Amino acid sequence: MNRDQHADVSTDFDHTSPAWVADPFPIWDELRGTCPVAHSDRYGGVWLPTRHADVSAIANDTEHFTSRSVVVTNHRPPMELAPQGIAPPISSDPPYHQDARRMLLPAFSPQNIDKLVPSTRAYCRELLGAMQDRDVFDAAAEYAQHIPVRVIANMLGLPEADGDVFRGFVHDVLEGVARPLEERIETFLALLAYLQGHIDDHVANPRDDMISFLLEAEIDGTRLDHFQVARTVGLLLIAGIDTTWSAIGASLWHLAKTPTDRERLVADPSMIPTAVEEFLRAYAPVTMARLVREDFEFQGCPMKAEEWILLSFPAANRDPEVFDRPDEVLIDRQPNRHAAFGLGIHRCAGSHLARMEIRVALEEFLKAFPSFELADPDPDAVSWSAGQVRGPRVLPIKVGA
Amino acid sequence: MKIQFDREKCQGHGRCYALVPSLFECDDEGYAVVNELGELDVAQVHGARLAADNCPEFAITVE
Repeated sequence: MNRDQHADVSTDFDHTSPAWVADPFPIWDELRGTCPVAHSDRYGGVWLPTRHADVSAIANDTEHFTSRSVVVTNHRPPMELAPQGIAPPISSDPPYHQDARRMLLPAFSPQNIDKLVPSTRAYCRELLGAMQDRDVFDAAAEYAQHIPVRVIANMLGLPEADGDVFRGFVHDVLEGVARPLEERIETFLALLAYLQGHIDDHVANPRDDMISFLLEAEIDGTRLDHFQVARTVGLLLIAGIDTTWSAIGASLWHLAKTPTDRERLVADPSMIPTAVEEFLRAYAPVTMARLVREDFEFQGCPMKAEEWILLSFPAANRDPEVFDRPDEVLIDRQPNRHAAFGLGIHRCAGSHLARMEIRVALEEFLKAFPSFELADPDPDAVSWSAGQVRGPRVLPIKVGA
Repeated sequence: MKIQFDREKCQGHGRCYALVPSLFECDDEGYAVVNELGELDVAQVHGARLAADNCPEFAITVE
């Protein structure tokens, strides 16, 4: 189908269309002004709120909206998976959700994430060291993507060398949303089979990592079975890689095309944490999803059971009701009440890890390459991922400019 | 002026204890804990407002 996205965006938007992938911001701005809760018949029915207040209201309403699936596809996961859902706790509703989440939170607390700073810094330096003699490289494929893969592999207890295997699974799950159900199930089963091998190995040889932790963990006095462990490990892989890769890449993309911001951060690296919050606001990588539980009217919109909600935190972050000059990237923006890590009970459990990785990745990049720019001014030279996680996947950078 | 903190609304984003560690700490799960200070001095009011204005969940108010 070759339709003009902008002509009928309020009734026929598609978050995987080329126009949306290349530049979704004008689409959201138009909808926020004319049709703030839009509907499309695609994917069996999907609603798109673009105002912060509506995104927040839906994120906080677990009575009318279920997290049974959080990736919009042409299929709905079986009801029998509730209350855990396919990948607990992101796919879980209350009350099961709280126990599954609290089990994970201590591992991702700021105190524990701080311990990963030295190893993360060392990975970044190693990657940058390998590029020292080059004028042009792909900062998305050769730098940003490797950082979360290595960090999460070590945290979970999976071989770093399997990075290509994880990235393949993650890509299929997040970007292969239009593929037939059989193929999607096959991908998921292959991921579970891969993880089961490592779970068996951890049962035989326990160690100090997340897989061994989950094998010992209990919910309501009962150990998790291996299927639950595999699905939670799968979630951490899927949630921890493309998301952070996208945030690091989008930040570098911004700095490559905005020399004044780059120079400010080089001159004063103590500004980087504040700048990271602004990059997270302006280029928030993650859009979540919900399913409508039962027929329900929201803001005058007749939502039908099993229709999707595209829960666009990135659109909420551009709402002028909440943010002054929302379309401008102000690296010292204050206050910055952004929703990049979601709102409500499903706030990204890995947010402290992601922030640390983005900060360290930028600190090290700016130290290694204080001067850089886009290698090719043509916007088509940079390509962006399709679907609910948005970030640059090809980002040619010229250094020493 | 005092900090009003709604523990039910806090989801552990951690903006408050990152920005104003003198007034907010985090517990073992990453949720915020307010240092019990009672009446705030001028500098503390400024810090408390900074935390309140950056909380994504509107869990902090200064009154």
